[in-house]
Amino acid sequence: MNENVTDHSLARVETPEVLSRRRFLEKLSIALGGLCAAVVGVPLIGFVVAPLFRKAPEQWMSLGKVSDFQIGKTVTVNVLDPSPLPWAGITAKNAVWLRRESDTSFIAFSANCTHLGCPVRWMEGAELFMCPCHGGVYYKDGNVAAGPPPRPLFRYDVRIENGEVKINSVVVPISTTL
Amino acid sequence: MKRLFTAVWLWLDDRIGISVLLKPMKHIAPQDAKWWYVFGTATMISFIVQVVTGVALAFSFIPSSSQAYETLVFITNNAPFGRFLRGLHYYGASAMVLMIGAHMAQTFLFGSYKFPREMTWSTGVLLLGFTLAMGFTGQLLRWDQTAAWSVVVAAEQAGRVPLIGDWLARFILGGTTIGGATLSRFFAIHVFVIPGIMFAFIGLHVWLVLRHGISEPPTAGKPVNPETYRKEYEELLEKSGRPFWPDLAWRDFVVGTGLIMAIALLAFFIGPPALDKPPDPSVLNADPRPDWYLLWYFALLALIPAKIEGYLMILMPALIGIMLLIIPVLNNRGERAASRRPWAIAVVSLSVIMIGSLWIAGQQSPWSPNFQALPLTEKVIGATSGPVFQGGRLFHDKACLSCHLIQGHGGRRGPDLTYVGDKLTRDNIIIRIVNGGGNMPAFGTSLKPQEIDALVAFLQSRKRPIRPQDRSAMAQN
Repeated sequence: MNENVTDHSLARVETPEVLSRRRFLEKLSIALGGLCAAVVGVPLIGFVVAPLFRKAPEQWMSLGKVSDFQIGKTVTVNVLDPSPLPWAGITAKNAVWLRRESDTSFIAFSANCTHLGCPVRWMEGAELFMCPCHGGVYYKDGNVAAGPPPRPLFRYDVRIENGEVKINSVVVPISTTL
Repeated sequence: MKRLFTAVWLWLDDRIGISVLLKPMKHIAPQDAKWWYVFGTATMISFIVQVVTGVALAFSFIPSSSQAYETLVFITNNAPFGRFLRGLHYYGASAMVLMIGAHMAQTFLFGSYKFPREMTWSTGVLLLGFTLAMGFTGQLLRWDQTAAWSVVVAAEQAGRVPLIGDWLARFILGGTTIGGATLSRFFAIHVFVIPGIMFAFIGLHVWLVLRHGISEPPTAGKPVNPETYRKEYEELLEKSGRPFWPDLAWRDFVVGTGLIMAIALLAFFIGPPALDKPPDPSVLNADPRPDWYLLWYFALLALIPAKIEGYLMILMPALIGIMLLIIPVLNNRGERAASRRPWAIAVVSLSVIMIGSLWIAGQQSPWSPNFQALPLTEKVIGATSGPVFQGGRLFHDKACLSCHLIQGHGGRRGPDLTYVGDKLTRDNIIIRIVNGGGNMPAFGTSLKPQEIDALVAFLQSRKRPIRPQDRSAMAQN
């Protein structure tokens, strides 16, 4: 008995030609379904995963004049995302910790704890960065002093140009090491 | 009139097939499936509350990074019933997490995951994962300061996944920083993607319940044998089965009503969680914490050893998920009764104790510095001038108080130093301050010698008060 026959009334027309035609129609329908899924799905996936391939804008941003910062002091400086989406609003704002080491030397730290990204705070008296989430602590040079952070605070590239301190882009540094 | 209604009903029922659709409600179930069996329906009722309140909230919520916070302020403070609706949505989520946990524990303890209900269990495990994902993404849609930083925390965790971590982190952030693309993708995930998947899996889960039947309460000494179980189950239903509707379902309706009343009362009297400050990433005075159902995981991330943390962060959830999924494959026969499966009771008890303990630890967060610690008073310092007084002031100014307690003031990250003068010598105190150690930073380069002297004087003065009788005993000696 032919297993493909599920309806007795169809048994009369189950010739090899009909079966062959039916198999062809099955394959055709599945192929058309796949084509439709691809036509809609490929741009859909491309649209959703586009941020993965969007390059961070390489742009030197001014943090202020060199003379605005005292040697030995660490201060927070606000910066704007250089190319925010029009509806980003206040989420286009960012902050970095800037430390002036000498006349010509600055360190710009990411404000994100390298443990899990929470915002670290500068404790002026203790000269430590402390994280409120899981207790990560860093020295003034960004090295880990205590707690779970796996590596020092991320440093942005800094340069002085025309009397202004500039950093190269502000990204959330992601710790990709286990 | 009655005849007209009957005619209309019969016509509609014939054309739509309502009776046929509702027929599964009358499937025959074991008569002893009573109060322990209500948690599944309670979970589904919570889910329905979430869908209904979520749709209502979406009428006013704008998933834009720049406007979402304002719309939430409007919903909470201005929209009629807005605060209540937010409360329903929040406590509905809490109820769903609790009920799915109870449902899972009951199913596990009753051995209901065994043959032939392996896939019913596995689809339930996936639904647990989706529920937690909904809880997390829902907290992010609150789009306040905590939500925005929680996105960063999620991205950092995803970043630890080998090979694709950086991509995942970017996918979560919607780029390389929080911005315009961040919130809308979480909105889509929370409102469309995960609920869509959940509808499908709930349908599959319910279909599997109908296909294999509601499991009968276990009997000690009556193990599951896949060769004979189905026949025994059929015989049981034939002998003493009852239609689910209404013989058994009334309990689900009673519990469901109680659950919805509890959610409504909490929403009305306590209200939704307060909104934090606006989601401004340049404001660094933030203290992000997850909602209660993920607080235990937050605590775990603080307490596991740093060296293995990365592995645990990725492997542990994956292993727990895989273990839960394959439990019925590994163990689908044998005893079902919890009294014959002590390890099952141990697993559930230990899970509850572990999550409960971590939850309490997460609430207290002793590992976090106390940024709000106020300067010690003269009374606590025990001096109004001199090195001890200066040391007491420095103890606050140098942030020692953020991590150490003095007479109940300060942080709990480090040891309580209220009586440190009884325990450590001057040299030991100096060594510890200068070099740090354990989980304490070294202060050798940030303190001047006279500051160290003052701090040591203050700490040495931290001694237990001498009781009068001890004083007289000392005098006699």
